[in-house]
Amino acid sequence: MSDNLTLPAQQGSADAGSPSTETLLKVEGLTKHFPIYGGFPIRRKVGAVQAVDGVDLSVGVGESVGLVGESGCGKSTTGRLITRLLEPTAGRITYAGQDITHASRRELAPVRSEIQMIFQDPYSSLNPRQTVGTIIKSPMEVNGIDPAGGREKRVRELLELVGLNPEHYNRFPHEFSGGQRQRIGVARALALNPKLIIADEPVSALDVSIQAQVVNLLQKVQDELGIAFVFIAHDLAIVRHFSQRIAVMYLGKVVEVGDRDSIYNRPRHPYTHALLSAVPEVEIDGEDDGRERIRLSGDVPSPIQPPSGCRFRTRCWKAQDKCATEEPPLVQLSGNRGGHLTACHFPEDPTTEDRGEDIVLDPALAALEDDATQ
Amino acid sequence: MTTLTKESGAPTSADAGAFLSVRDLRVQFRTEDGIVKAVDGLSFDLERGRTLGIVGESGSGKSVTNLTILGLHNPQFATIDGEIVLDGQELITARERELEKLRGNKMAMIFQDPLTALSPYYTVGRQLSEPFMKHKGASKKEARDRAIEMLTKVGIPQPKVRFDDYPHQFSGGMRQRAMIAMALMCDPDLLIADEPTTALDVTVQAQILDLLKDLQQEFGSAIVFITHDLGVISKMADDLLVMYAGRAVERGSVKEVLGAPRHPYTWGLLSSMPRLNSDIHQALTPIPGSPPSLLNPPSGCPFHPRCAFRSEVPGTLCTDSRPPLGEGRAAACHLTAEQKQSIFIDKIQPRLR
Amino acid sequence: MLRFIFRRTLGAVVILVLLTVVAFLLFFGMPRDPALLMCGKTCTPDALANIHKTLGIDKSIPEQFWIFLQGLFVGRDDFAQGPCPAPCFGYSYHTNENVWTTLIDRLPTTVSLAIGSAVLFLLVGLGSGLLAAWKRGTVVDKTFTAGAMVLSSMQIYFLGPLVLALLVFQMHLFDQPTYTPFTDNPADWFTGLIIPWAVLSTIFAAQYTRMARSSMIEQLQEEHVRTARAKGMSRGYVFFRYAWRGSLIPIVTIFGIDIGSLLGGAIITEFTFGLPGLGRLAVEAVNFSDLPLLLGVMLFSAAMILLFNIIVDACYAFIDPRVRLS
Repeated sequence: MSDNLTLPAQQGSADAGSPSTETLLKVEGLTKHFPIYGGFPIRRKVGAVQAVDGVDLSVGVGESVGLVGESGCGKSTTGRLITRLLEPTAGRITYAGQDITHASRRELAPVRSEIQMIFQDPYSSLNPRQTVGTIIKSPMEVNGIDPAGGREKRVRELLELVGLNPEHYNRFPHEFSGGQRQRIGVARALALNPKLIIADEPVSALDVSIQAQVVNLLQKVQDELGIAFVFIAHDLAIVRHFSQRIAVMYLGKVVEVGDRDSIYNRPRHPYTHALLSAVPEVEIDGEDDGRERIRLSGDVPSPIQPPSGCRFRTRCWKAQDKCATEEPPLVQLSGNRGGHLTACHFPEDPTTEDRGEDIVLDPALAALEDDATQ
Repeated sequence: MTTLTKESGAPTSADAGAFLSVRDLRVQFRTEDGIVKAVDGLSFDLERGRTLGIVGESGSGKSVTNLTILGLHNPQFATIDGEIVLDGQELITARERELEKLRGNKMAMIFQDPLTALSPYYTVGRQLSEPFMKHKGASKKEARDRAIEMLTKVGIPQPKVRFDDYPHQFSGGMRQRAMIAMALMCDPDLLIADEPTTALDVTVQAQILDLLKDLQQEFGSAIVFITHDLGVISKMADDLLVMYAGRAVERGSVKEVLGAPRHPYTWGLLSSMPRLNSDIHQALTPIPGSPPSLLNPPSGCPFHPRCAFRSEVPGTLCTDSRPPLGEGRAAACHLTAEQKQSIFIDKIQPRLR
Repeated sequence: MLRFIFRRTLGAVVILVLLTVVAFLLFFGMPRDPALLMCGKTCTPDALANIHKTLGIDKSIPEQFWIFLQGLFVGRDDFAQGPCPAPCFGYSYHTNENVWTTLIDRLPTTVSLAIGSAVLFLLVGLGSGLLAAWKRGTVVDKTFTAGAMVLSSMQIYFLGPLVLALLVFQMHLFDQPTYTPFTDNPADWFTGLIIPWAVLSTIFAAQYTRMARSSMIEQLQEEHVRTARAKGMSRGYVFFRYAWRGSLIPIVTIFGIDIGSLLGGAIITEFTFGLPGLGRLAVEAVNFSDLPLLLGVMLFSAAMILLFNIIVDACYAFIDPRVRLS
């Protein structure tokens, strides 16, 4: 707690681990298993892809929570479960005090308009046969919402808000560039005045120079309209830039969650360390950045048969017998700030600085580096 | 021209020492909508054992350039002008048979997506063995031994077993390792890596990048490393070429270009991306607009419609005349050297904290 | 693999049974009474009832169906024409012959026609398709593409009589097509079928040219094909080893459907050239409201298509290891 870093105040007190503001969304033990069918001669369920397995998460009003992790970690599935595009296998989703885990279409209707989604691919997520006006207008039509001044006026306002020319109301998606299309996606998500937006990799399909345009737009939307975000991305620097609180996922589980500073500067879970160390950073002054170097071995294991106990143990340098038998609970470790939870039996020191000796688990890499030093 | 050069080591072009030399390369594609100028007057040099990073966004011509070096464009649809000299041999005018002898042998390529870049119909072992048998006249047995040696080197567990597996039985990272092993089968002098880690997860990317660097130390190949990711390039390359709309806009060593960039586009790229240690109060500064269409590129400097410093250049120079890219450490921009330096120090550097 | 084939065969049998039910209900549940046709002009109610009895259509439809189904698997003994061993489709109303024997009798003609033209159109069609793809964008390609376009829009009933009129009746280059069993005289078998083969395979070959060309061109743009080029393999090697393998999938799929339906009887071709195959049998059966025969031909054709569907699926596994190993 002696950290002298002051965190930005732009989002009020939402920076603290557990948001002191009102909780908007609460997810407990959220689980999604996709069944696998096979067998002979009668096909039956032979297993399940454990895409999401007991995720706990909370999002405060107006807060941005980042969800990071590598492919197969379940971050996108989690997003889809929250918006109820997928039906959860188990767990509970509470939105504004209302349990929506298995809410019917009718019960969900008022909530649907408050939770919106922005998708990754701005090319396939917009209907090419509809005009921009129709695309942005349709959520209002579906939900029977008539804003003052009419829907068309509202669409023009939205287009202006996301930085597009309102005159382009009647154009089709293909007349826009990738970045502009993503703006259309944002405008559509905003059409119903949502309180929560699930942004699933909203910039990763865009060119570098365009990504910043969309990130800034989302940030403006969040600041001005006070919309809470679940920001799903694999780019750790962008998530850090955008989110006050971050959850790190690995193979369907949250392994570490905490405020921005805790996760990026004082991580405790070995996977968080490995992830941060793997990010290639531009070294502007040309100096060594003085960060620790961790190179894992192999790829993420299959979520069909995830490792027992701690799921990261098969790639972890600290793993011991206990890790295989006992699943580490997601708890606040001593020395951590409030709300900084870690699921690890043998946590690392809370620093990302160079540890003097690199951790290189990849056998090929280790062999080549041994040769080179000899 | 070199007032900002902090150190030597910038590519000394035009002398005979360059192992790969590209001069005034122009690649045009005929399409139904018109002629696409994919590469428009590109020149660079690469010495043995060094890594040249080419960075640019989609449509900047970076991938087209490298397929041109390998001679993989269909001459029916592409018009190629200029000069590509690899170790004294001119490649653009070379006959197909000559190129076939070089490909996979003296120059090899690693593609972006190993899932689609490896054939699903043949075993990994067979795909590795093929070039070795063809170029080195090796027997099946020798090729197999070599392939297993290379698979071991790139860190495929149980290489003897995995030799007979198909690509889809490999995980993403393992596939890219196999792809690297395939490229290194004949010990090439030039390795072209086209976004080799873009399709991979970040922890796997870190493994593969380090592996490539270590293998380069051992094999001594020259590498052309293409990417859109400035972070990746700063880890991999010695020298850097920034491309925009089919042209090189800035050239220098990685330290020079990323440490003291001189082109407004490079400034834009650097200030539009957050870093792990950047100040979160510092808003990102995007480059306005989008990359131009290569069917109808802007006149003069192709970056002028998006350039924030156009007003600093007198008259209509930016719209009328294409700024040349000088030799060595250079940026193709009409701003004067003093302007570039002062703009960078006063306006750009504070954004990069 | 065996499991896969077993499962698919099981599925095919289920489809055949369902098809039998539907076909049976359609044919035998029709308001049109076949007995009326046989009874003639001086028909009395007694005679009609008699015919109903001999045809076995005096019973309820479910009852008839059960008897029919039994006949398929164990044979029947209740026909005036004599015993009917399994698989029993009954006796033709029109010719009084055993339906199954008739089918077997007509089969060689259809098989000869199908196999002969398949060999021809595969050779010509795939060959010219590959050539066009190899020479993409050249005059050769354009000529082949245009030719294939014209020929594939032809119809047998137009091209057939045209060829007959020109080559047979006008120029006397060939004899009129006939069917001589291969075992009787191979030379006559060949010369008798050469015109039907040529006409049938011209139209098919044109379609296969277009398909092979587009499939190859698509494959040649695959990234793994480019990788093969990038490692120095020659254009021919890449063309035949890498691109060809992938383009086989759509070709095999269509070929399975085509050969299956050809073996079920090429109705128009057989009719045009007067060949006594299954296709012609089907037409005859329709003309005479010969329900047992019609049902027989139909089920036989359906079985052929299903059989080749299974063969095609098994072929996928040979072509693509991803299918084999998943």
